[in-house]
Parts: sequence; C-alpha cells; structure tokens
Amino acid sequence: MKNYDKILKDLTPRKFNKLGIIWTSLLIVVIIAGLIAYIDQLIKGQVVTNMRDYALWGIYISNFVFFVATSFVGTVIVAFLRLTHKGWRTPLVRIAEIISLACIIMAGITIMIDMARPDRLLNLFIHARLQSPITWDVIIIPTYIVLSFLLLYFPLLPDLAILKKYYKETKPKLSKWYGTFALNWTGSKVQKAIQTKSIKTIAYLIIPVGFILQTVDAWLFSTTYRVGWSSTNMGAYFISGAFVAGVGALITVVYVIRRTYKLEDYITYLHFDKMGRLLVLACLIYLYFNINEYLIPAFLADKEEESHLRLLFFGKYAPLFWFVIIGGLIVPIIVLTFKKGRKPLPMFIMALLVVLGSWWKRYLIVTPTLLHPFLPIQGVPESWRQYFPSLHEWLITGATLAMALLIITMLFRYLPIIPIQRTADENELLKTDKNTES
Amino acid sequence: MENNNNSSRRKFLDKGLKLGLVTAIGGLGLSKIVSQLNAKPDSNSHDKMELMTTDGTLIQVDSTEVHAMDHSQEHDKKYNVREGIPNRKFVMVVDLAKCKNALSCQSACNKHHYITGDNAWVKVYKMQESKDTAPYWMPTTCQHCDQPACVTVCPVDATFKRRDGLVLIDNTRCIGCRFCMAACPYSTRVFNWSEPDQGEITLTMDMEQHQHEASSPEHAGVPSVKGTVDKCDFCPHAIDNGELPHCVTACPNGVFYFGDKYEDTVTNGDETLRLGKLLEDKAGYRLMESLGTEPSIYYLPPTDRLVDFEDGIENYNEFQSVEKPE
Repeated sequence: MKNYDKILKDLTPRKFNKLGIIWTSLLIVVIIAGLIAYIDQLIKGQVVTNMRDYALWGIYISNFVFFVATSFVGTVIVAFLRLTHKGWRTPLVRIAEIISLACIIMAGITIMIDMARPDRLLNLFIHARLQSPITWDVIIIPTYIVLSFLLLYFPLLPDLAILKKYYKETKPKLSKWYGTFALNWTGSKVQKAIQTKSIKTIAYLIIPVGFILQTVDAWLFSTTYRVGWSSTNMGAYFISGAFVAGVGALITVVYVIRRTYKLEDYITYLHFDKMGRLLVLACLIYLYFNINEYLIPAFLADKEEESHLRLLFFGKYAPLFWFVIIGGLIVPIIVLTFKKGRKPLPMFIMALLVVLGSWWKRYLIVTPTLLHPFLPIQGVPESWRQYFPSLHEWLITGATLAMALLIITMLFRYLPIIPIQRTADENELLKTDKNTES
Repeated sequence: MENNNNSSRRKFLDKGLKLGLVTAIGGLGLSKIVSQLNAKPDSNSHDKMELMTTDGTLIQVDSTEVHAMDHSQEHDKKYNVREGIPNRKFVMVVDLAKCKNALSCQSACNKHHYITGDNAWVKVYKMQESKDTAPYWMPTTCQHCDQPACVTVCPVDATFKRRDGLVLIDNTRCIGCRFCMAACPYSTRVFNWSEPDQGEITLTMDMEQHQHEASSPEHAGVPSVKGTVDKCDFCPHAIDNGELPHCVTACPNGVFYFGDKYEDTVTNGDETLRLGKLLEDKAGYRLMESLGTEPSIYYLPPTDRLVDFEDGIENYNEFQSVEKPE
C-alpha cells in the first residue's frame, strides 16, 4: 500500500506549472475586462445592458440562479454522502466543498451586479421587509456562505497542521500561515471529538439550509403572476435542477484536477462510476420535473401558456430549449447508463454538456417569460421586444464565472485537494484490516 | 252641498293644525336663538350643544363655550406621505366607449412628469380580444391595486400603499432590483436605465414652484433618478391643489373620471356622476380581476361607442409613447 510519505508528497499543494500560470493569468485578464465593464455600468447606468422595461432581468439573474444551483453540490455530495457514510466520497468532498463555497460567494456578488443602485445596499438591512422574497435571499445566502465555509474549514484542520509541519524547514513563512489557520490542531482525542461533532452538526444543518436556498431562489420567480413562473412545481424543480448542475460541475472539475495533478491513484474509475450513477439519478429526477413543468401547461393550453410554450417548443428559443433538454439531460442519461460511458473522458464530456445545459436552462427560465407580459408590448421601441445580452453583460458575466474559477484554482493551489489525514487514516485502516485477516 | 261643506271644514282644520304646529316649532326655535344671542360668556346658562368631534364621537358642550372658527387649511394638508390623505379613497373610471386614441392623456402626463425615456406611464393599448370581436382603445395608468403585488415583493419598502388608495414610489430609497416590475401583471412600471435627461431648466423651475414638495413621492418624475423605478402616481400634487390628474383634464373626450370612492362620486371635469350607479348601469369591470389585485381603476366596456375605432389609427404608434424633440 501507499506509505504516508508518498501520500504526503502526492497530496500537498503544488506550485503552478506553466499551464497553471497561463490559466490563472487568463482568468485574471477576463476578470479585469469584466471589472472595467462593471465600472462603466456604474457610471452610465444599466443602459449599457440590453435589459429594458420588458426584459427587465437578463443574464445577471440567470447567472445568479446558476451559481446558486451549482453551490448545491456542497449539500448533496458532502452532507448526504457524509451522513450516509459512503466511503468513496473521501477524495471528492474537498473539491465539492470548494466549488460550493466559490459558487455561493459569486452568487452573492452577481445579485449585487444586477442591482441598479448598489450604493443603497444597506437599505436591504435598514428598511428590510420580511415579506419580500429578496429579503429571504438576503438571509439565506450569507447563512449558506458561512455553513459552506465551515464545512470546508473544519475537516481541513488536521491537514493544515500537517502542512505546517511539512513546510517548517522549506517555507517557514507559509508554514506559519498554515499554523495560524490550523488553530493549534494536535490531533488529540478531545480535539477530534469536537471536530467530528461540529462537522456532523454542520452537515445536518446544511441540508435544510441548502434546500431553503434553492427553494427561495425558485420562489423569487413563482411569487409573481408571470406565465411560466407562477408554478407550484417551482421549488422541487429548482432543487432537482441544482442537483444536476452541482454534480455536473463536480465531475468536470474532478476530471481536470485529476489530469493536471496526476491523481489517478486517488481518484479512480470507481469514483467516476459512482459519480456517473449519481448524475444519471439527478438528470432523471430533473427530467421528471421538466415534464411536469412543460407538459401539463401544454396539455391545458391556456392561451397565455400556449403562446409561451410555442415560443419554447417551436419558436425562437426552440434550438436552445431542445439543446438543454436533449443535450443537457437525455443524452447524458443514455450515455452514463452504460458502464463504458462512465469512464473518465466520456463522463467529462457529458458533464460539460450538463453544465452548459444548466447555464442556458436558467436563461430560458428567465428571459422568454419576461417577454410574455399579460398586456401586449406596445408603445416602446421595437428592440425592447427582444433580449440578447450586450457586450457589457457578457464581459461582466464572464468575469463572475472567471472569478468563481479563480477562487477554486487558488484554493486548490494552497489547500490539499484530497484530504491527507483522512486518506492516510483510511490506508492505515486497510492495512490493519489486512493484518488482522492474515 | 253638505258634502262640500264638510270637506272644506276638514281642510280648514287640517291647515289650521299644521300652521299651528309650524308656529309653535318656529316660536320655540326663535326663542332658543334669542336666548343664545343674549347669553353672555360669564352668564352661567345651562344650554348644552351636541357636537361631533373629528374622530366621530358625540360630545356635549356648554353653548357658551362654542366659538366659530375659520376652516382650517393646514389640517387637511398635513398628513404623512406614506399614510395618505385622511378619509379619502381615490378611484378612476375609464370609459372605453369614448376613447379614440387622441393621446392627449399621454402627452399631458409626459409633460407634467417630465417623462423623457422611451416608455410612457400612461399607455393607450390597441386591443382586440379575439379575431371575431371588435377592436378598441384601452388607456392604462397604474392600477393602484388594493392588493398590490409590487408592494408585496419590494424588499426595502420603497414602493408603498397608502390608505387613500395610492401606490407610490420613494425613489430615494429604491435599490433598483426591479422585482416590482416583474411582479406587476399590468406592466405599468418604468425603469430609469440611464441618467434621465429631463431638461434641467424646466425641472428646476418647477421644483422651485413646489419647493415644499420637492422630490416627493407625491410628484413622481420631479426629478426621476437613475437606477430607480417610476410609474403613474395618480397625481396627488394636483389633488392637493384641488385639481384633477393631468390625464383627466387633458382628455378631449372625457374618457377619464376621477373621484373618491367614499363620496361615491367621480368626475371627468364636465360631468359628475355617482360611481356606484355608473358601474352598475354600464357594467364596469377591472383588469384581470381574477388575479385578486383589486385595482382602483374601473373600466366601462366599449359598447355604444361614440367614436369609430378607425379614427384612432392615425395616432397609433406601435413603437413610441414619448415624443422626442427632433
């Protein structure tokens, strides 16, 4: 079996190689471009976007919903698998925790980008009204950020202590930082007991909070009268959609990490197989809610619903709609049902499709509905009847995505991607098991 | 003969009795007035007067304590902007039978609220329910709902509902999230996507005129603020001056009736009608009643039309509601 030194060598953070540097600089360039666009938006107002009085929300909101959905991976993988004692989660949990934290932080930032008066942000607290779904969001997003952070941080403590020791000679400065964050972790029995209990409590807490987060997000839409939004299906629909987006994002990141850091020994075919099954389950559930969401209104064919659905099924949005349903759900379900499909590369491609589909899915939830008000669109410039994001919106949205990736990249740079202590413990356990057997 | 005598005597008795009664009452009243006129502040008369206080309770006051006073102007004007004008409930009736898309309402509203964007607050929709039914013109303002969806979803209480029925916006508080616009089923709300170009000179002049009410939710658009929501305010600034909203006075066809539901009266400036009777006689209705938003705007169906629908076509501009200076 792998000995401790090899594990340590394999799993301690590594410096960026050439590709890593190029990747990080690319992200920074995209972020700077977005920042410039955002400053321009602050100066000129949201006139720089293509949003107008009818398409009053655009990709800022759909991107926000995407981030919120993707952050659900922390709840699904980490909390569910931890509480059900699934052993195969070990090399995946930290990656999931990091994605989750990065996405929920970016969700908070994205929603502020959509606010036309960010200078009045404090009004949300000073004049808060509990009946507004936005206030629910203001409460639940910071809660989820804190829980996601703690769920990442507490299991990290033993590893930080290990890193402190590891870098003591070679990089004393870095070692000191790890020491500070390790909170004097010694691995004593008392400390371990407290840690286990805390992690368990947070894992229990984050499940209802994650569900509430997704549901509140759904209710932002379903508490309006709009066609395509006012649906009782919305909460469950969003939770299952978040399940899909989260697991999809996890697989994509895991694949890239495994290749760049050569972690084939730790993240094996078994893990891909398990994640593949999970993604099929997620996609099937989401497909079920999609059928509910579209087929029943289509069956009733209420006049407003009908024109809305016609636009999605056969109209302007049809290519996108069918890409999302077929490319983002049905094809992955079929491919991943076969054992050959659950090999890393095909899974990566499918997961990428799922993530792409998830992003555009949110666009399809937000935009077509807004362009379908109850009273006809009259007396406004013709261009207001359409919506496609402007350059500013793309730059800013691109920057938020890049920032999420940058947070993930930087955390991978300085934190052990795979829990060292736990991996070592598990190996130890295996060894002792074998010893007792033999 | 005997019969005749009988009846005339009966008449005489009847009249005499009535006359007597009137004199008695008159005399009693006269003596009361005289005694009151004679009463002096220091004389301790035991005459009590029954009066009603402003909150509606009956009280007895010694008549010597009662003094006449001028009608208070201040009292009516001083009210909380968020509470509204006390004991009023403003409503509007729009008679679709009279509308021929003259668009005077729209241009008057645009002028008085300095609307320079691309989306007017008052719109005249070209409507046709189905291809077999007649087309008609439908002016809309903010519906000032009693169960306003926009107010429910506002996270900062920037848009609020008043007791006098008005839904207004405090654009110094609005954070620009546009949730109210998404929530409004009538698409009545308008956003200031950029710095509004309202023509500074006219605006400052107007603001100096109404200095006491500068930048109040009661006069929307004076001034409009970048990154906040605007909409029809039902013109409380005009109501304060005893005037009707601008769209009502501007309409050449008397389409708009404005009034007070508690008084059961609405007027379009030319004629004043009983609201209840008008709605009953002409089968008034409200837009999207089934949503339960309880609008304050009533519509009278476009029956027995005074004007041809076709007359309005030449004014109809599908893509413009605010005239732009060349």
